[in-house]
Formats: sequence, C-alpha cells, structure tokens
Amino acid sequence: MQNATERKREHFDYRRFFRTTWNNRFLLIMLLPAIIYVIVFAYLPMTGIVLAFKNFNYVKGIFGSDWVGLKNFRFLFMSNKLWFLVRNTLLYNLAFISVGVILEVGFAIIINELGNRVFKRAFQSFMFLPYFISWVVVAAIVQALFSYEYGMINGVISALGGTRINLYDSPGLWPYLIVMFRAWKTAGYGTVVYLAAITGIDPELHEAAQIDGASLLQRIRRITLPCLVPTMIILFLLALGQVFRGDFGLFYQLVGNNAALLEKADILDLFIYRALASTSDMGMASAAGLFQSVLCFITIMTVNGIIKKLQPDYSLF
Amino acid sequence: MTPRKIIQKDKMIFNAFGYLLVTLFGLACVLPFLLVLVTSFTSEASLMRNGYTFFIKEFSTQAYSLAFGNPQRIFWSYRNTIAVTVIGTACAVLIATMTGYVLQRRDFPQRNGFSLFFFFTTLFNGGLVPTYILCVRYLGFKNNYAALLLPLMFSVWNMIIAKSFITSVPYEITESAKVDGANDILIFFRLILPLCKPLVATLGLFSALAYWNDWYSTLLYITKEEKMSLQYFLQEMINSIQALKNLVSLGGSASTIRISLPTETLKMAMTVITTGPIILLYPFVQRYFVKGLTIGAVKG
Repeated sequence: MQNATERKREHFDYRRFFRTTWNNRFLLIMLLPAIIYVIVFAYLPMTGIVLAFKNFNYVKGIFGSDWVGLKNFRFLFMSNKLWFLVRNTLLYNLAFISVGVILEVGFAIIINELGNRVFKRAFQSFMFLPYFISWVVVAAIVQALFSYEYGMINGVISALGGTRINLYDSPGLWPYLIVMFRAWKTAGYGTVVYLAAITGIDPELHEAAQIDGASLLQRIRRITLPCLVPTMIILFLLALGQVFRGDFGLFYQLVGNNAALLEKADILDLFIYRALASTSDMGMASAAGLFQSVLCFITIMTVNGIIKKLQPDYSLF
Repeated sequence: MTPRKIIQKDKMIFNAFGYLLVTLFGLACVLPFLLVLVTSFTSEASLMRNGYTFFIKEFSTQAYSLAFGNPQRIFWSYRNTIAVTVIGTACAVLIATMTGYVLQRRDFPQRNGFSLFFFFTTLFNGGLVPTYILCVRYLGFKNNYAALLLPLMFSVWNMIIAKSFITSVPYEITESAKVDGANDILIFFRLILPLCKPLVATLGLFSALAYWNDWYSTLLYITKEEKMSLQYFLQEMINSIQALKNLVSLGGSASTIRISLPTETLKMAMTVITTGPIILLYPFVQRYFVKGLTIGAVKG
C-alpha cells in the first residue's frame, strides 16, 4: 500500500515536471538563445580550466592533451613574476575604484547643487564624450598630448621654459597617467549613476534640515552622502568581483609591449595574453587564468558574505 | 552674522568651487577631441614646427587625401564594422529584453534557478585561454565573421537592466492577455516590447557602442585584412606609422622624408575618420544614454 503511493507520487512528479515545462514552453523558447549562448561561451570554457593541469597540444585538443598535474602551477609560482603581476593588477584596480568613487560622487553632488540647468546639461554631455571612444583612440590622444617632439603638453612646457618630458623614458609617471585616463574615460558614467541615486533622495529631508539651520556642507555630509552609501556599496561589490582582472583594453593600448613601461604597468591580463599570443606557454597561461578567476571568486564571495552579515540589504546576492 | 547669511556664504563658496571644478573637467573631456580634429586639418610642416596646437596655422587636407588615397582597407573595415554593429545590436537587444522579460515573470517557476544560472557566469569564468581555444579549435572562429559578431551578443548586465526595467511594466498586462489566450511570445512582442522604448534605446546604444569600438575580437581571431574591424584597423595603422617613423629616424637624415610623409596628421585624420560617426551620433543618443543609465541604477 505504502509502496504504491510512493510509486504514484514519483510518477506524479515526473508528469508534473513535463506539464510545467509544456505550459511554459513559450517562455522557455524565449530563454533558449541566452541559455545556449551562456552554455557555449561561459560554461563550456569553464570545463576548459582542466587545461591548467595539462600540457596543451593543439592537435590533441583540450580533453585529449596529457595531464601534467600541478606542473603549470609550479612554474607559475616559481617565476617571481606572478606576485608582481597580482600586486599590480590589484593595486591598479583599487586605485581605479577609489579615484573613481571620489570623482563620481563629488561631481554628482556638485552638479546636483548647481543651479544653472543649461550648464548642468552641457557638462553632462561633455563628461560622456570619452566614454564613447575606444582605447585605441585614447592611445592616439595620449600621443597627441604627450609625444616628446610634438605633444601639446610638451609644447606648453617648453614654451614656458621647462624641459620636455619623455614619457617613454619615465615609467614612474605611467601609473598616474593610467589612473588619470581611466578616470577621465569612466567618470561620466559613474556620475550619472550617482546623480540618479541623489535624485531619489526625499527632498523633505533637505528642506527640514535647511529650516533647522543646517549649512550646505552639513546637509551634504549628513544627508546626501549617507543616502549614497547603498549605491556605493553595490558598485564597489561589482568592481570587487573583477578586482584581479585588469582592464585589458586600457593596458594593451596604452602600454602594450613596451618593455620599459611594463616594469610599472604589467598586469595579469597582459601576461596571459602574451603567453597566448606566443603560444609557447598555454598551460601556464591557463593556470594563471584559473588562479585569477579563483581569486576573484573568493574575494567577491568573502566580501559579499561579510556585508550580508553586517547589512543584509546591501549585499549583492 | 545671522545663520541665513552663513548659509548663503557657504553656498557661494561651494558654487564657486563647483563651477570651477566642473568647467575644468568638462574642458578636459572636450579639448582632446578638438586637438585631434584641428591637427587632422593642419599641414604636416606646420605641425613639425609648432607641435600639436588648438589653432590651424596652415590648413591642409593632405592627411585625408592620403588616407583616402588607398580606400580599399577603409572601405572593408567600415563595411565590416557597420554590418556587425547593425546585426549584432539587433540580436543583442532582442536576446537581452526577451531573457529579462522571462526572468521577471512571477508565474515562471524556474526564474530564480535560471537567474542564478546566468548570474554565476559573472562571478566565475574559464578565462581567456580556454575561451580562445574553444572558439578557435571547436567553433572555427579564425577569420570568421562570427568572431566579430558573437562575443558581444549577450551580456548578463544588459539582461539585468532589462529585467529591472520590465519589472516596472504592470504585470496585469501579461495576465489579462494570458486570460484572453495569447501565448507568451505574442504577449512579449505585441504588448511588452512597445512599452520598453527607453530600454530598447539604451541597450541598443550600449551594444552599438561595444560593437563599434571593438578591436579585441579582431586582435584575437582575425588575420585577414578584409575581415578586420574599424578600430583594429586604426590601431594597426597608428602602430605601423609609428614603426615607419622609428625606421626613418634610425636612418639618419630623416627630416625631408618625414615631411613628405605626413605621419602625425595622418594618425589624427584616421582617428577622426574612425571615430567621427560615433561622435556625430552622440548629441542625438546622449539623452537616451543618461536615461538608460538611470534605469540600470535603479537596481544597481
């Protein structure tokens, strides 16, 4: 008797699964392109991480190549390069995040307080211009500004009686330059995101504070900034999920293969790309890639977990 | 001094600094473009004398006539980039909005499972090497137009933006249409999508920008000149001009050759040629762009 009901329930579940699937067939059809895409371009490559433990042979393919255990990782960790690259990638990203948040929140607050609407709108359009161009064009602009013989900045410096700066001889300047151009290119985007968050603040808060005699700076500190914290945390978490992944386009176009500059501006992604392009060290490159992915994953899970404990509303998932 | 006055003084100082900072940054965003544009219309000889400046001292279209002197490659890369941008953007917008719609449907039982299935790919991925090998060895991406089209066709972020926008469309629309017996695909295309114009404009803009500015796919997968994208062509051009210049300056008495070959102005002219359409489009789409970002920001 009991056996029969159990079998019946199993049978029932089975049918229900097909029935809900059939009932939702149109929704599932609409999902299909995205599902196929994600399987092919995200989940299948994930199986390719076995390459990190193999000696890749193009003819034998990903799964046919011979296993080599941890040899790729041993090479990777033994070369002193790895920590240098990880450190660079991390520090650059932290610099991008912190400079970004200061500029974006700052500009959002300023724009919000400025009265002149035409001015506001003009500024917003201008700020977005750099966001529209590729890093290739940014590299061309860098040359126009900083080229040793003809660059505009060097022209101004020498007109004022100073000595021209040869950027390609002074790698020490590049970290600043890279952070600057990155901020230049992305500040417009972030500013609008924060501006939207500011618009969502209840105006009564400001009015009440004003009646109580709070100054502008006090209102910004006590009302606007605290109201922006959730947005900041979400953007921070999103950035943190990629914190060991460098902005390849930026570094490839601005720094590229220039050996002198790589001293100061080499990142994991450039290293992996170089290994891939020379096809000499596929195993080590995929080991580095796996290492990078795992670092990112651990970071985001840990930080999100901590935030979930402290402030469940602010966590990403 | 009364408190009222303190407040006003406060505001005045803030405004002064505010306008100053904002003006400076605004100029920093615009002037480089002006520099490139002005230089592209300057004669090379004048550039050699004065360097890059904001003023045209000797007007010349020499750089442009040189760039268009051999238009074959410009034509190829323009054709590729326009085709890929149009087709890719249409597909990308369709997939993102469709997926977003399904994932926000309350009556779709597996929506959380599928959301996780998509979201997980933003937390962890296989990395460049496995992706590259998969695409080249198993999907035949080498010198295939699919390599320019597919890598940018779906992004989880666009899907999340779509999902959070469509959530604001009343569920009753879907519900009543279902009661009337319409199927989900019909509901989406006939009822929901027409209500999502700002969303479509935004996602379209994001995707079009990504396709237009793409050089990475070409770098990885394309070696044939007639299949390269516009931005990659620009990059190659700039690099080869630079290489040529280095070669010439190694050769010693270079100044005569250098003037006969307008390298610097040619670089700037090429930059204008490849970036022009996007910048010209900018004033028209800018409005949607700001709006769309705001859509994305609602949820974060």
